[in-house]
Amino acid sequence: MNSQLLLQTIANAGAVSAMYAMIAVGLTLAFGVMQMANLAHGHFFMAGAYTVYALYALHDWPFWFAVAGAVGIGAVIGLAVERGIFRPLRGDVVGGFIATAGLMFVFEVFMGEVWGWGHMRQVPSPYMRAVKFFGASVSFQRVIVIPFAIACIGGLLVFMRWFRLGRALRAVAQDPEAASLQGININRMTALAMAIAGALAGISGGIMSTIYAVTPALGGHIILPALIVVVVGGMGSVGGVTLASILLGFIITFVTTLVDGVTAMMVSVAVMALVLAIRPQGLMGHVVT
Amino acid sequence: MIYFIWMILAQSYRLIVTIHDWQLYHVVLYGVGAYTSGMLAKNLGVPVFAAIPLGGAVASLAGVAITSVLLRTKGWGFYIATYGLAELIRLSWMKFRNPFGGSTGIIDIPYPPVVAGIDFSARIPYYFFSLGVMLIIMYMLYRLERSRIGDSFKAVSMDPLLAASTGISIPRQRLLACAIGGFFAGIAGGLLVHRLGAVDPKLFNITTMLYLLIWIVVGGTNSFWGPVLGVSVMYSLFELSRPLIQIRPMFFGIAMILVLLFMPGGLEGMVAKAAVRLRRLRGVQTAEAE
Repeated sequence: MNSQLLLQTIANAGAVSAMYAMIAVGLTLAFGVMQMANLAHGHFFMAGAYTVYALYALHDWPFWFAVAGAVGIGAVIGLAVERGIFRPLRGDVVGGFIATAGLMFVFEVFMGEVWGWGHMRQVPSPYMRAVKFFGASVSFQRVIVIPFAIACIGGLLVFMRWFRLGRALRAVAQDPEAASLQGININRMTALAMAIAGALAGISGGIMSTIYAVTPALGGHIILPALIVVVVGGMGSVGGVTLASILLGFIITFVTTLVDGVTAMMVSVAVMALVLAIRPQGLMGHVVT
Repeated sequence: MIYFIWMILAQSYRLIVTIHDWQLYHVVLYGVGAYTSGMLAKNLGVPVFAAIPLGGAVASLAGVAITSVLLRTKGWGFYIATYGLAELIRLSWMKFRNPFGGSTGIIDIPYPPVVAGIDFSARIPYYFFSLGVMLIIMYMLYRLERSRIGDSFKAVSMDPLLAASTGISIPRQRLLACAIGGFFAGIAGGLLVHRLGAVDPKLFNITTMLYLLIWIVVGGTNSFWGPVLGVSVMYSLFELSRPLIQIRPMFFGIAMILVLLFMPGGLEGMVAKAAVRLRRLRGVQTAEAE
């Protein structure tokens, strides 16, 4: 591996890490607030990608307007799933888990029927330029997700720490009963968490749509690494998940570049098993009683 | 034929569910059984009827191995981790072309031999052979549920602390459930592979697992008859909806969500409720007649 390829791989790994971080932070936030999470989260990502495809590639909207549309769509889907599935099934971890598994089927078929099966939808890149440093050229489109991820996750952390609503979210995550005694409306908090999760999935799906081939199977491909990131980082811990997404983003990208994608997945699952065998609650998770 | 295999899978999965270990590797264990049995028969010349239970044994070991790594992980993390480790096994079939044949799988797996004048490689004798295996397995699981072991599984799922304080070792019971369930799943795999004569990793992906979950959830898990009902009704619908193959998963996904939301006991729970109501209705009528 020469230095040029090394630099390129590092840049790619950064982009992949940023994408996983945005997806997995949404998952873990929803998990923290509801003690349940969403297997169909990868399909939210896919919905964001299709939104950008429809608005930007088909209807010639400006790229960033299309991404904003993807954020909106993601948030709306998140709200709908919270209202339709998670709220009635609150407290039933197995039920919520299996219901979102069923939701994966629904989303996949819906996208397939609307946008066509087996059609790869290619979204043209709005930024053709490449960033050059130390002789390596990295496409601008690929790394643009990194500042976005930093801004989104940083914003989320600030929101959770210094804003009343964000602190209410954390209170519900710590102890729903005590939080509701303080006058926090739990239904509104779970809705908020799912809307944020959906919006984060939508924005990352929207930005990454130019890099991935957009197919109905995209959601299923993206969900396994995202779930591994959440489990490794610790369920409910935003910081742990960010750390784990950087770790796994680098592992997956480097092994994919050096060997192949199947091996990369195997290695990351093995890392997950190792982490769980030593720390069952994940790297920075709390012990669930 | 496939119906019998589904029935064995659903019933053995329900055994694991009675201890509340919903896991997502059951279908992969079925695949482990299929691969082991097929490879033993093809490469080592083990007789088919010996290879099938050996496949079950290896699947059982694989299940125990996965669960023992994750014994301390709880709740949602456990489900995801079982999915991940199942993918690890399944991807290794795709990755290692040499023993497992890569993504195209293995072909030319031997069919069962002629025993006592009956040619088991033909369709009809094999049908009755697998029917017999299914009935034996179902009888064993039925007895097991009513035994001390079945009671201790239920105790663990209802109240782990109380169960542990009465001297039930929770990790041991969980591993035991995995071992038994995995064994029968492996046998189901053996039954499949010696009929198809081929095996590939696509047969055992997460979609198959989700269908198994749908059969079980729609059927209901509270009693032995739930999976029977679930597999009978849902698998028949599955086969009947073949013309709608593209949008079929959507129907089943919606069906499962609706069942979870509105009838938590599944079809079996509904039948039980209806039976109670009918009995009460009849009781009222006879009371009025008197």
